[in-house]
Amino acid sequence: MSEFVMPSLGADMESAILMEWLVKVGDHVTKGQVIAEVETSKGVIEIEVFEEGIVDKLLVKEETECAVGTPLAIIRGSDEAAVTQVIEKAERIKASPAARKKAKEMGVELSSLAASGKVHLAQLETFASKAPKIIAPNGMRQAIAKAMSRSNAEIPHYYLSTSINMTPALNWLEALNATRTIAQRILPAALLIRAVVLALKEVPELNGFWQDGGPQISEQINPGIAIALRKGGLITPALINTNELSLDETMHSLGDLISRTRAGKLRNTEMTQQTITITNLGDLGVESVYGVIYPPQVAIVGLGRIMDAPWAQGDSLSVRKIMQATLAGDHRATDGRTGALFLDKLNQILQDPQELL
Amino acid sequence: MTQEQIRQAIIDQILEIAPDIEQGDIIPDKNIQRSLEIDSFDFLKILTALNEIIGVEVPEKDYAKVDTLEHMTEYFREKLLK
Repeated sequence: MSEFVMPSLGADMESAILMEWLVKVGDHVTKGQVIAEVETSKGVIEIEVFEEGIVDKLLVKEETECAVGTPLAIIRGSDEAAVTQVIEKAERIKASPAARKKAKEMGVELSSLAASGKVHLAQLETFASKAPKIIAPNGMRQAIAKAMSRSNAEIPHYYLSTSINMTPALNWLEALNATRTIAQRILPAALLIRAVVLALKEVPELNGFWQDGGPQISEQINPGIAIALRKGGLITPALINTNELSLDETMHSLGDLISRTRAGKLRNTEMTQQTITITNLGDLGVESVYGVIYPPQVAIVGLGRIMDAPWAQGDSLSVRKIMQATLAGDHRATDGRTGALFLDKLNQILQDPQELL
Repeated sequence: MTQEQIRQAIIDQILEIAPDIEQGDIIPDKNIQRSLEIDSFDFLKILTALNEIIGVEVPEKDYAKVDTLEHMTEYFREKLLK
């Protein structure tokens, strides 16, 4: 018998709204099954269960806001008898549907108004008339603000940068794509992710966390990929277990992740299990990016826009496709030497692209 | 397919991939990716969908010829004539 609780979907999350149950009492669930959808400041996230068993009780109704750690359901083992005891319901903020909608539009936390019991629309309107006339940042803006403030306050960043000649890798990729149908083509973004993952295998110190006062290296490589949303905002969901994916699989997973991110259909593991971040993979981006590390991660890799630039090799000068690769590292976890080793490995891998398949 | 049908198919696919764009935002002689902030992933999705509708695959080396709505319409029209 165990409680299924509202998971934390990031260090900055305090609560989320349980939108929909995808299972009912008596259903058999397996490890990794998506059993509910919750709405957070980062969009709708699918929540997985981490054990096998039978849904014994659903403790929370749909469209209820719940704090992180609130029990949502009871899962019993297949051989256990059903419980009969009544489990106390999680405390939730009462609000009329109109008030809930209005609060969301205004970016007001219902909990800040709930002291007097149920929140009504009139109360919100009074609140709005008293509030200073500033644009209320939406939930995602607030979540980013919190995480980035914490990062800059806690993490002593160091920054490194190097120019990489991308002509060999892009020529190789173009020749590969010319032999394929349009649906099987590989984008440079997938090639770059694959190259970063191979470099991290050689320099694992950058893939992990600073936790409990010390560095922890992660065996899984789950790069958080910065994906811009068309309506504004940015999410960095994880590409899970990229260390076990080939180039084709990396492209397939990346396509799937971008589509689901833009459709607001991410899973909780993808929101929480990033071990490093890769940013600015876009062809619309800037030349170089010096990122802010997302705690508790210890590094962020910035890959700039690939541009034509003069390139000296031996005595000759020519025009090549050049990319600025940067690394911001947590100086508590690693030194510049480790970061330099990583950028050097990344460069070497991209000069020998057939190894990326 | 007439030129107008090709043009409408392209517009439909752009609007499908980027629902926040309105038809009026698509300026015929402006770079599709830059003016509408469509990244390479979404651009590939548009070309993949158009391949299914029109039956013409755009190889990567021809991307420069399909950079605007005007150029892309003309590119597909010419390929269909061959």
